[in-house]
Amino acid sequence: MFYVTHNPYISEHSEKLLTSLILYLLDCRWSVHDDVILLWQDYVSDWTPEETVKRMQQGKVYSLEKFRSLQDKLLLLDEAVNAHDGNVITAVLIYLKKSLSKEILFRELITREIALRHYIHYLKEIGEQKLLLMQYRDHLNVRDENKRRDFLKNCLSFPFSPDDATHVQDHYTLLERQIIIEANDKQVESSGQADIFKKYPRKASILNMPIITTLYYSCFYHYGESDGTFSSPANIRKTFRISDKQFLLTCLGARAKLKAWFDVDALFTTKNWLGYTKKRSPIGFHRIVDILQKNNAPVQVLQDYVNLVEDVEQKISLAQKYKCHDVIINTYRDLKDRQQLIVYRGKVERSSSEYRKIEEILSNSVRLWGEVSPRYRSRICFPSSKLNLNH
Amino acid sequence: MAHSVRRDAPELPDFSLLKRLARDQLIYLLEQLPGRKDLFIEADLMSPLDRIANVTTLKQHDVDKLYKVEHKPIVSTSDQTVRGCFLYPLTNWFLFPDVVNADKAFGRFRRYKIIFSPQKFYACENLLEEQGIFGDVTTDEWSFYLLPLDDDIISLELPEFFRDYFLEGDQRWVRTAGSALHLLHSVYGPFSKVYGIGRCSKMAYESWREQVEEGEQRARQAEIGNVFLIDRDVDLVTPLCSQVVYEGLVDDIFRIKCGCVEFCPDVTSSDKSIKVMLNSQDKVFNEIRNEHFSQVFGFLSQKARNLQTAYDKRSGMDIKQMKTFVSEELKGLKQEHRLLSLHIGASESMMKKKTKQDFQELLKTEHSLLEGFEIRECISYIEEHINRQVSMVESMRLLCLLSLTENGLLPKDYRSLKNQFLQSYGIEHLLTFSNLKQLGLLVEQQPGETLTVMESRVGKLVNDKTAGQIQAGPNTVTVFNTGWVPIPLLYLIQSDEEYDLRVPRDMAYIFSGAYIPLSCKLIEQVLERDGWTGLEEVTRMLNGHEFAVTGKTSGVKTDSQRIILVMFLGGCTFSEISALRFLGREKGLKFIVVTTAITNSARLLESMLDNHA
Repeated sequence: MFYVTHNPYISEHSEKLLTSLILYLLDCRWSVHDDVILLWQDYVSDWTPEETVKRMQQGKVYSLEKFRSLQDKLLLLDEAVNAHDGNVITAVLIYLKKSLSKEILFRELITREIALRHYIHYLKEIGEQKLLLMQYRDHLNVRDENKRRDFLKNCLSFPFSPDDATHVQDHYTLLERQIIIEANDKQVESSGQADIFKKYPRKASILNMPIITTLYYSCFYHYGESDGTFSSPANIRKTFRISDKQFLLTCLGARAKLKAWFDVDALFTTKNWLGYTKKRSPIGFHRIVDILQKNNAPVQVLQDYVNLVEDVEQKISLAQKYKCHDVIINTYRDLKDRQQLIVYRGKVERSSSEYRKIEEILSNSVRLWGEVSPRYRSRICFPSSKLNLNH
Repeated sequence: MAHSVRRDAPELPDFSLLKRLARDQLIYLLEQLPGRKDLFIEADLMSPLDRIANVTTLKQHDVDKLYKVEHKPIVSTSDQTVRGCFLYPLTNWFLFPDVVNADKAFGRFRRYKIIFSPQKFYACENLLEEQGIFGDVTTDEWSFYLLPLDDDIISLELPEFFRDYFLEGDQRWVRTAGSALHLLHSVYGPFSKVYGIGRCSKMAYESWREQVEEGEQRARQAEIGNVFLIDRDVDLVTPLCSQVVYEGLVDDIFRIKCGCVEFCPDVTSSDKSIKVMLNSQDKVFNEIRNEHFSQVFGFLSQKARNLQTAYDKRSGMDIKQMKTFVSEELKGLKQEHRLLSLHIGASESMMKKKTKQDFQELLKTEHSLLEGFEIRECISYIEEHINRQVSMVESMRLLCLLSLTENGLLPKDYRSLKNQFLQSYGIEHLLTFSNLKQLGLLVEQQPGETLTVMESRVGKLVNDKTAGQIQAGPNTVTVFNTGWVPIPLLYLIQSDEEYDLRVPRDMAYIFSGAYIPLSCKLIEQVLERDGWTGLEEVTRMLNGHEFAVTGKTSGVKTDSQRIILVMFLGGCTFSEISALRFLGREKGLKFIVVTTAITNSARLLESMLDNHA
């Protein structure tokens, strides 16, 4: 007979020896077979939850099977959580998943936040997500656009929060429309009916693009269509509740790219009640100038918009940057700043019309202005930036 | 350079020992599978492996061919029974059975050994069992915890740590962090003092303590005296700020991977890309890495002039001098020349990119956010940034900065900005928003908790020079992960005088004088006070979990007391490393940064994305 010491802290070497010995004996079918099994069970069953968790942390042999009662299982789980070791917590949870019904397991996990988090993460990793947003995420796995649209339609019935529900609804509507637009445009493009597609062939499909990208595409290829069609900018604007500012920015980008300066102009022009046209913008004109410039607008076009910038310093700075001579000259003239005009005269070509214009203003300055007002001179100097990144 | 530099800082310990230990262990594991074998290495593990054991070494130990595993079926050319050895890190651990099963499908029989790095998870073995391949493989673990990236940077190469712990709440890496500490402790310790703040730090510390008690204690001469553990979520603002020190910028723009960066053709002004190691071995890099970008150009052009002068020396030489010159100096000069042109090319490329992106405007908005001024203008800027679809990650970064500095967005702002973001970048980002909310990076203010005007001004740490004390303003407490409560922001506002970046007076230079990184400031204060006394207000705002433990071997004043190991759990940026180097120079200390991974705003936010299957 063997006498097994019940010391859980015997060294690993002796333990391996003992384990191999027991296994060998089992293999040998000795008559002490039953006794050996009893010994083994005895040995193993002596490990408390705490000892088991410790063994797991140290990578030693362990056994979870003997924790059969719910109480024992939960003790084991709580012990694992106290050890702060995610690896062990997950291992215990895997065992519990196998040996407990879903309902019971969830019921117990609801009150054990740390264990629950580990469980959810494990499920996510091995692909068993059943959580709400996770299910929505599955749409990314659906490659075919029609199937994806149908999948999204199903998601609409989920109990999302009101805000999120709107977004999912938008997502479905968007994809639905994109499928129609894509089919149509593809056909038109290949048949060569429309000029726009010939001049600017499409580089990518519109499917699964964000709303704003879709709007840009629409302003590019379908500008001016009535709001009855899905592909018109007006329809997209209405359906997805796009703000004026956003709409303007996107339209501007698209029309500027196409160098359709009249269309750009029309975006800002409004008629007041007297019938006079006036230019207005929900964002500062300096921003408009920036966008136009990035789309390589010619100076004549830029000039008009630089002129509309309200802040004088900004106006002059932009005009200088983009060489809008007329704007600068007119501004200095309005400010009655003789000195700056003289300075600027030195910067333009002698034979140019700008030069002549400055000359004319200067020669008439005494007659026009009388006293030259120095008041504005000090305003037009730009404070050096505190950050001073560019030397 | 710091305006007061102490030259008496002690020498750093030699960390190449860590590499040797890792290499020896790997070789031992490889030799346990006798005979010739093919080695399949998972993509993420290739760069770190290269730093430990190169191809020659591996071939010397019976490795036939090396394959890169990228989750596609591997077509290997050998037909007969070949031993296959997989080297697998724990990212995507649940994908590796596909590879093995693919082989089985091809009817190929191999003896497999799977080596998990840095440790084996029970879940992995379980997966093997479920997939029915448990009997076909033997598994092992390669305890490769620490990769020295430079003399003073050690990385655990665990970028998934941040998401796994802070978002998913999975503590699987806590023991890994503890083991890493244990390894450092046994090789370079014993540590005399351990400070820390954050829940994960506390758990890692306890895990380490347990391992110390389980193992053997050997008396040795300590090389590292003090340790500071800090959770990433103690300071989430710093990693979200644009970096303007040279190394940080290079990382932001070109992505440094494992201490190595790839420069594209327009940087190298040749027709191919070049991979460059960026560490203290590169003499040029070493001098500019911590400098504010505005100083770099000046430095590089000066260096170029010096180089030219050195070359020009040749014209006045005789034969004998020429011989000496060619044999001794020329090679060094040529090397310097090569490095110099690379860095000048990189700087030029960075300048171009930044001007195109209106970098100035972006920084101005960031600084306004950090100072809490002109918030409505900042919100307009961010709106436009989103509307113009400039860059998804940048827009997100600005939104998170806004939320962190303002203790959350007003509900109407949150709804409006979220709506615009989803419209511009895609509705699938609903998931990303959910993740950001969970982590506390982008939240709305709860109606029940409206703060008074006084309280809603973010708390300020005003450095009271006369009394030598730190006072912190009032603010609310953060609670992790159970719904959101504001995360306080503590920072130092510089006075309005000009901040001279050429001779920076404190760590704020890494953000052009606008903001001192909170993480580094905490470290500075705790080291100065030898504990947390006087910082109670601060720690309360950061949700506590601070601790300071003195070990048995303290009290002995040795050089090792001035070497401090700082461990960032969740990632660390190059800017913070530069700030700590500055602090070290100022106080005559040496900091060794151990991090779970090098991070920056892009990596941090990308780990929050859920928009791919």
